[in-house]
Amino acid sequence: MSKERIQISPDLFDIMPAEYQDLVRRATYGKEDRGWKDIGMAKELIEEHSLCAGCPESMAFRYILASLPNPEDTVMVGSTGCTSLVFPHVAVHNIHSLFGNQNAVASGLKRALSLRFPGKIKDVVVLAGDGATVDIGLDMTLQAWFRQEKFTTICFDNELYANTGGQESGMMRKGFVAKMAPAGKMFEKVRLPEIARESGCHYVVNCTVSKPNLVEKVIKNAVYVAREIGPTYVQLYTPCILEIGKNSMEGLQEMRDAERPTERFAYKEYISDQAKELLAEIAAKEKEKKAAAKKQLAGKEA
Amino acid sequence: MKTTRYEVLPGPEHFLPPAAASMGIRLPDPGQAHIHGRIVPEEEAMEAAARQFLSAKVPTIFPGPLVLWAWNEKAAQKAKAVRELYETIKECVTPAQRPMLIPMPDYRPKYPKINPEIEINPNHPNLTIWHNKIDTCMFVGVHCHQANLSLKIIRGGTNCYTIAMCAQAGHEDAMLSFRDATAEKILRLAEWVKKLKGSVKPPEE
Ligand SMILES: Cc1ncc(C[n+]2csc(CCOP(=O)(O)OP(=O)(O)O)c2C)c(N)n1
Ligand code: SF4
Ligand SMILES: [Mg+2]
Repeated sequence: MSKERIQISPDLFDIMPAEYQDLVRRATYGKEDRGWKDIGMAKELIEEHSLCAGCPESMAFRYILASLPNPEDTVMVGSTGCTSLVFPHVAVHNIHSLFGNQNAVASGLKRALSLRFPGKIKDVVVLAGDGATVDIGLDMTLQAWFRQEKFTTICFDNELYANTGGQESGMMRKGFVAKMAPAGKMFEKVRLPEIARESGCHYVVNCTVSKPNLVEKVIKNAVYVAREIGPTYVQLYTPCILEIGKNSMEGLQEMRDAERPTERFAYKEYISDQAKELLAEIAAKEKEKKAAAKKQLAGKEA
Repeated sequence: MKTTRYEVLPGPEHFLPPAAASMGIRLPDPGQAHIHGRIVPEEEAMEAAARQFLSAKVPTIFPGPLVLWAWNEKAAQKAKAVRELYETIKECVTPAQRPMLIPMPDYRPKYPKINPEIEINPNHPNLTIWHNKIDTCMFVGVHCHQANLSLKIIRGGTNCYTIAMCAQAGHEDAMLSFRDATAEKILRLAEWVKKLKGSVKPPEE
């Protein structure tokens, strides 16, 4: 599979809007080592987004879309929330599901794709907010993990319901006061990464999106493990700057503050033994490939 | 009981026009087409569509994803035929007429706003029709559901005449619909346009 599949009919090429011509000419479909470094160098799979200016969700989207190992054969499943306003601008197949149903929809989709295209790699990636993942969709989230469905669940955790104006979410930290939750949260933040591990996820990471190279590695690992072994879960802090009263330049610092060792988004990962083996194999192959490329380059220079 | 037959005519019909199928309009059989909901032999519809193009101020073709993207050789051939039809219309109309070829690259709603000069979208096709003052259009290569959506919105909110060059069983919601579209069929329509050149009254300025 590669970019070859994504071609405009030659006789109508000139009438296509520029962003589609660019996608065909300069996007990274089919590029084996695609990653965050392509940002700014190649056509991204996201057009202008419709999030608030400076919203860290936009960074997260860009890094994730640049890191998907197989975008031309990936279907993303979204849910209602700020993220759902971005999907219309994304050049990866995607399905919008009824709020909270994303992991149920992804389960059916992944199974259907496996039946329809046996032997072909088809990745399914869920991307939804914390409200969709842990509150209204918790049943669907957990049941998909219990059933060992082979897809990745990514949660954009902004610790509240941003799209509807700031209601309390299970992911909100204790004591936090939001615009539509004036009494303050009375309970602890739900420990979904731990729940994911106990529910059968083979690769679980909790972090922020302050470092694009880290996001790339995590997303690739999560997709590879889901493809071969079983469910994976990535929880990313994408603070809602609007709700926590920060301005558009302050999102990055907010994430850096939240990832300090004692904070809620200190890097945390759980990897099952099976997944560890797979990731070690992949790393060894990559090392081999790099060494071979280096050798070839040295041969050319000599 | 007295009944009046529903006709699929240019609008604006009203905000939510009924699905033509719910008003008793049925689809043509192979070899047939429909004009305003009346089943006719395909050749009759060819002539009517060609006349419609030649008498319009802004005759427009809207190719959809099934022909814009080269999924396979057939799709690319259809795209070639669409181009040929457009070039033929351009050659056969007067300088005062303004033929257009505007793509519907995919079905995503366009935020924050569409550029109606260069594309059309099934969620708000009326914007492109209004902006370019399109009075006749033909859809080709648009998936059924999205075509029906567009056709209904256009019939509801504009006075544009709609033609569907459908690759399946046709569209009740178009004012004129072909079925089983192929590259050859599109080229046959181009031949009809050539044949009728000069014999159709151009639109009044
Ligand atoms: C079934 C259903 N229930 C409720 C809503 C209303 N709703 C829309 S967005 C939203 C909250 C989204 O919160 P979250 O998933 O955290 O995403 P965010 O906007 O914070 O990124 C809610 C409750 C809905 N659209 N559908
Ligand atoms: S409301 Fe918050 S989460 Fe949503 S786009 Fe704006 S800053 Fe981002
Ligand atoms: Mg949220």
